[in-house]
Amino acid sequence: MQINFSHRQSAHCESGVSSNLLLHYGVNISEAMAFGIGGGLFFGYLPFLKVNKLPLTTYRCEVGGIFKRLTKRLGVDVHWQKFKDPEKAMSAMDRKLAEGVPVACRTGAYWLPYFPPAFRFHFNMHNLVVFGKNGHGYLISDPVFPEPVHCSEKDLLKARFAEGPLAPKGTMYYLTRVPEQMDLPGAIVKGIKGVCRRMLKTPGPFMGIRGIRFLANQFEKWPRKLGKRKASLYVGQVIRMQEEIGTGGGGFRFMYSAFLQEAGGVLKEDRLMEISEKMTSAGDRWREFAVIGSRICKNRASPSESYSAMADILRDCAKRETEIFKELWTLLR
Amino acid sequence: MKVNEVPQNKGMITDDLREICYAVDENGSYILAKSAGWEPKNIANDQAWSLIEEEISQTVKKIKAGKLSPLAFHMAKNQMNVSLLSKYVGFNRLRVKLHLKPSVFRKLKPSILKRYGRIFDIEVEELLKIPGLE
Repeated sequence: MQINFSHRQSAHCESGVSSNLLLHYGVNISEAMAFGIGGGLFFGYLPFLKVNKLPLTTYRCEVGGIFKRLTKRLGVDVHWQKFKDPEKAMSAMDRKLAEGVPVACRTGAYWLPYFPPAFRFHFNMHNLVVFGKNGHGYLISDPVFPEPVHCSEKDLLKARFAEGPLAPKGTMYYLTRVPEQMDLPGAIVKGIKGVCRRMLKTPGPFMGIRGIRFLANQFEKWPRKLGKRKASLYVGQVIRMQEEIGTGGGGFRFMYSAFLQEAGGVLKEDRLMEISEKMTSAGDRWREFAVIGSRICKNRASPSESYSAMADILRDCAKRETEIFKELWTLLR
Repeated sequence: MKVNEVPQNKGMITDDLREICYAVDENGSYILAKSAGWEPKNIANDQAWSLIEEEISQTVKKIKAGKLSPLAFHMAKNQMNVSLLSKYVGFNRLRVKLHLKPSVFRKLKPSILKRYGRIFDIEVEELLKIPGLE
């Protein structure tokens, strides 16, 4: 049994799943558009939350947030479900597949056998779409892979019931109703405003632009506070969160620029094109930041490529992004 | 990032897989470009793996010295700690900790070993083996 599902490769799993699911119901929305309307862009440095003993840095919003806001803003109805019993989780999915409904699941990437070994970490926020079942297992549209992939029932079950931080607990979701008419411009404006608010106004030092500045200050302290080795591990972790896990480059900043460009076309607003260019430049700065960081990790940094040089880039990113979001806010108010 | 700047440094990706990068083409429009990988990313990924390998080799040393049971090797190899393993196996943490002791592990019932084997996707005989020690 196989649903006729068009698989499009994307940079990021959640925005890719969202855009592919909508396309299945005749709504052609790009990944960048899904990411932008869903308000996916963010920054957070949370030193008290540790992943593999290293502090958590995030360049995107909470897991599930993109899909939730995107569908709400477009007026699409969604069904979410969590499970206690793995058997029930699998049979509920099978029933939906039999009805011809593609089912998205949240999974732990560690248990997905088709992942290249280098990517296999305990990471419980990986989204994919199941769109068929045959004698050998399930057919999966995993948005970060070029082609649909295949996964045995045993492995998919393990992945859906991965344990640890943010355990998916068998989470599955699918679309139940897609309206005929959608207010795309309205959804875009809401998406942008949401991100502006979160980046500019999230209280406390850890999140939004303040979070970037906070991380800059921490960077300068790391070598003395943690010692050379541990500090370089901290740097490596920040780079991985920025580049490794399907961000499309520059910690989602390039994907967001692509969204702003597309949004400019929809809203017929040329200023959005200019702001998109500024966002691209900010993304380029984030890339420079990662280059220096990787040299520090490899112990090949020149004297000028120091922790304080990285902190300076971070402050520059913070400054650029403050301007960008303030401009967006006044433009769309 | 411009299209001609999209990096193609293999590392994490070893075969013909490609990942998507967002890049600007010569007209200034964004396109989805395929990338084989990026060096800074490869370096950060290598660093994360070397940390895991270090943990494994230290665990193996402790097992050889009789301080830990072979279970510790499989735990480290699967990037788990006591708390994560206890969630998977469904025993409380203290019990898993006891199973990491060679003396306790040696006397475990086959049914319990089987539960661990199922998590790591290996047979019970394999559970007793560690590299370089028969």
